[in-house]
Amino acid sequence: MSVTKKHVAPRCRVVIFSILLALLAIIAPGEALQAQQNDAALQQALAGLNVRSFKDKTAAVVALGELGDARAVVALEALTEGRLYGRKSDQTVVIADRDDRIYKLTDPVSGAALGEVGSRDIKKIVANNKLRRIIRGVLGQLALSSSDPGLRLAAVENVIASPTDGSLALLKRARDRETDVGIRAKLETGIATLELGADDIALRRAAVSRLDDGNDPEIKSLLERRLLKNSDGSFVEPDDALRAAVQDAVDDINDRLALFGLAEDLIFGISLGSVLLLAAIGLAITFGVMGVINMAHGEMIMLGAYTTFVVQEIFRATMPAEAFGFYLLASIPAAFVVAAAFGILIERGCIRFLYGRPLETLLATWGVSLILQQMVRSIFGANNREVANPDWISGAISIGGGVSVTVNRVYIVVFALVVVAALAAFIRYSRFGLQMRAVTQNRGMASSMGIRTGQVDALTFALGSGIAGVAGVALSQISNVSPNLGQNFIVDSFMVVVFGGVGSLWGTIVGAFGLGIVNKFLEPVSGAILGKVVVLVIIILFIQKRPRGLFALKGRAAEG
Amino acid sequence: MGPISRRLFALESRKGWAAIAVLMVVGLFVVPFLNLAVPEGSFFHISTFWVATLGKYLCFAILALALDLIWGYAGILSLGHGAFFGLGGYAMGMYMMRQIGDRSVYGNPDLPDFMVFLNWDSLPWYWFGFDQFWFAALMVVLVPGLLAFVFGWLAFRSRITGVYFSIISQAMVFAFMLAFFRNEMGFGGNNGLTDFKDILGFDLSRDTTKIGLYVVSAIALVLVYLICRAVVSSKLGRLLIAVRDAESRVRFLGYSVTNAKLFVFTLSAMLAGIAGALYVPQVGIINPGEFSPAKSIEMAIWVAVGGRGTLFGAIVGAFTVNGARTYFTGAAPEIWLFFLGALFILVTLVMPKGLVGVYRSIHSGEMRDAILRRIRRVDV
Repeated sequence: MSVTKKHVAPRCRVVIFSILLALLAIIAPGEALQAQQNDAALQQALAGLNVRSFKDKTAAVVALGELGDARAVVALEALTEGRLYGRKSDQTVVIADRDDRIYKLTDPVSGAALGEVGSRDIKKIVANNKLRRIIRGVLGQLALSSSDPGLRLAAVENVIASPTDGSLALLKRARDRETDVGIRAKLETGIATLELGADDIALRRAAVSRLDDGNDPEIKSLLERRLLKNSDGSFVEPDDALRAAVQDAVDDINDRLALFGLAEDLIFGISLGSVLLLAAIGLAITFGVMGVINMAHGEMIMLGAYTTFVVQEIFRATMPAEAFGFYLLASIPAAFVVAAAFGILIERGCIRFLYGRPLETLLATWGVSLILQQMVRSIFGANNREVANPDWISGAISIGGGVSVTVNRVYIVVFALVVVAALAAFIRYSRFGLQMRAVTQNRGMASSMGIRTGQVDALTFALGSGIAGVAGVALSQISNVSPNLGQNFIVDSFMVVVFGGVGSLWGTIVGAFGLGIVNKFLEPVSGAILGKVVVLVIIILFIQKRPRGLFALKGRAAEG
Repeated sequence: MGPISRRLFALESRKGWAAIAVLMVVGLFVVPFLNLAVPEGSFFHISTFWVATLGKYLCFAILALALDLIWGYAGILSLGHGAFFGLGGYAMGMYMMRQIGDRSVYGNPDLPDFMVFLNWDSLPWYWFGFDQFWFAALMVVLVPGLLAFVFGWLAFRSRITGVYFSIISQAMVFAFMLAFFRNEMGFGGNNGLTDFKDILGFDLSRDTTKIGLYVVSAIALVLVYLICRAVVSSKLGRLLIAVRDAESRVRFLGYSVTNAKLFVFTLSAMLAGIAGALYVPQVGIINPGEFSPAKSIEMAIWVAVGGRGTLFGAIVGAFTVNGARTYFTGAAPEIWLFFLGALFILVTLVMPKGLVGVYRSIHSGEMRDAILRRIRRVDV
């Protein structure tokens, strides 16, 4: 058996090989022929540009557009820039770039250099504004056959936005050769929108049925236009049944858009909530766990943001450009350390003398915040500092229905949750977390068990401050980095902690997201600022009902 | 002497009345005299700018008294007194806005400029009546009083105390700031109310009007001081101090803590409104910046610097801190926030009883004893 197999295998290979070869022999000349024909057509259309009359030139440009060959783009762009010439010797069209007295010629199709000539050997092909306008349109069409999907998509949108007589045919041709699913869908919609205005009622009907499952506000307004009346009182859409169908389609799209609007509010609310959470989470430690009113909390956030700025500048100065995007990661520990160091300084230098006197603590830390603000202003100046978004968190994600979220917002939501989870785990499982909770619950007992309460106080405060600094890294990506950065967050973050319930991490999370979402849902109704005012009033009223917040501590700790 | 004048006289000790008399003579006669009668080149001349500045300080002193009344005596630290001050100021500003009439830039006799600019064609309902001085004067006390009554009723009823009250009151003033920044509120938005021409027919740009406002403020300060003194020396005043020191015990003894707090909070808000109303014609503008939480916190430090729980201390504190502000913002603006911040820290850490406390301990020999004790301890 094995011997036979050995004999058969090479023979098979030979057969397959020869079949392939034969196939190739059949196909290859065909392909080559096709390419030759394309070239010829392109050359011919290009030659049409080298004429005197603008009418003929226009016709040639349009013909180039109909050809749909992306190679014509170079020639057409050269024509608008006045770099397209006709060579007098053989009347071929060339691109000429002037270099002092000589002209360097290149072939517009292949891009090959065609040598250098003097000004007498070539004649400029002149374009006027009308022609340029037409060229712009044609360039848009040609982009439909570009190899770059982004360009193609933009071209499709262009054609749909300002359609001409030939657009429908153009889009159909583009659809037939399109491979990208997204762009193909876009082309289908475009074709349908154009067919909405067709004379044939069957075409119109098909178009409506194809359009009614979208959620694009533009399509909605296109459909709505079909429902209007002309100036002479007749309907734009003469057929009654089809008009009803259009109405249904509009209603369907409206329903879906309302849903998307709801989703948008929710997403933006979560985004705002994550910002509030980041701002408040450090406070949940200092105020919630220690009971210290730290009015300088916002300044810890600001210090974190400025640390980000400094780290960014260091990266820019010392690191290669590829590593620059990672400055943000390096900023996180740096900001934590800086803010925590300031936290220890404040606690040891000021707050520890004021335990049990919360109102005095409030005033003293306010003084600290003023000093920190002025310090930063003196060092970095009063103006906003530029903190760049690294590439990996730039851009936006489209959700559909005209809703899109920027990537940095998504990162901030994730980051906020990670920080909270890490903090909760730290408090729950680490030795220091245990000591911290012991000191909070019964200082005297903890002290007699050998815990250095003073040290724990200082480190707890440092932890809260450090987390505020980390929040500053994230907030530097969406907010202006200025000495006043912290002031913008102080009232909000206290509201979150008080609303959620002092001393409860859960409360802080629920409070932050709750307030964020309520705020965003109120905004469309009452406007952005009034929405915020309403939220503040709601909190003030809410505190009446539950003075200890949503998640109040029960028992003796609550009496604190 | 009748019972009322006896009661009035009993408000202060003999020494206290003498001090008030001396300060009134200086404030009401000497300062205007040095401004008006002494020639400008003279060493003793006080410029009109300084008289106006002193007038501003007098308003701040009234505000500090109002805050001291609730913080120093009832233990309620309001970080929202800027709201009452600002509302009083807006009420007065609305009156003066209506007095401008057709002398405004757009020359519309019925509408202030900013409303013309917003294309409004009639006054909003809450502006009616403000062309009458008596109505505006009434609103100066009624609006802050009503707000304080509602806010205080909600807060004190549910026993919101201490820092919680402070934070909530700060949120309230913050909400006011956001709301008043909106143009649609009808209070001039960002720019507030300004370009006032006259008050009760007196031209605001004239020096005599400025001195007149100063004198009115000085008299108002004395009256407010006496009102506060009457409150704190009454039975209610002692109840308030008891609430400050042991709220639960007072409640268990059968007193209505809520009512006592509510009364003094509302009174304090009204006094703050008066301060705002006197302040606005002297500075010529009122805008939402008065509602910024930072300004309201700063008021607390005036009281703390002077000495909480002593009415006189509040006045001293208001003059000291604002005097320092005027000096620093002119001489070295970048130092001012460092100074103010340090003041917040030092006053709370080192001199919790304020300047008056320091004076008293020096006067009574406590300070010397304390220093001596420390020296001896070091020796041993």
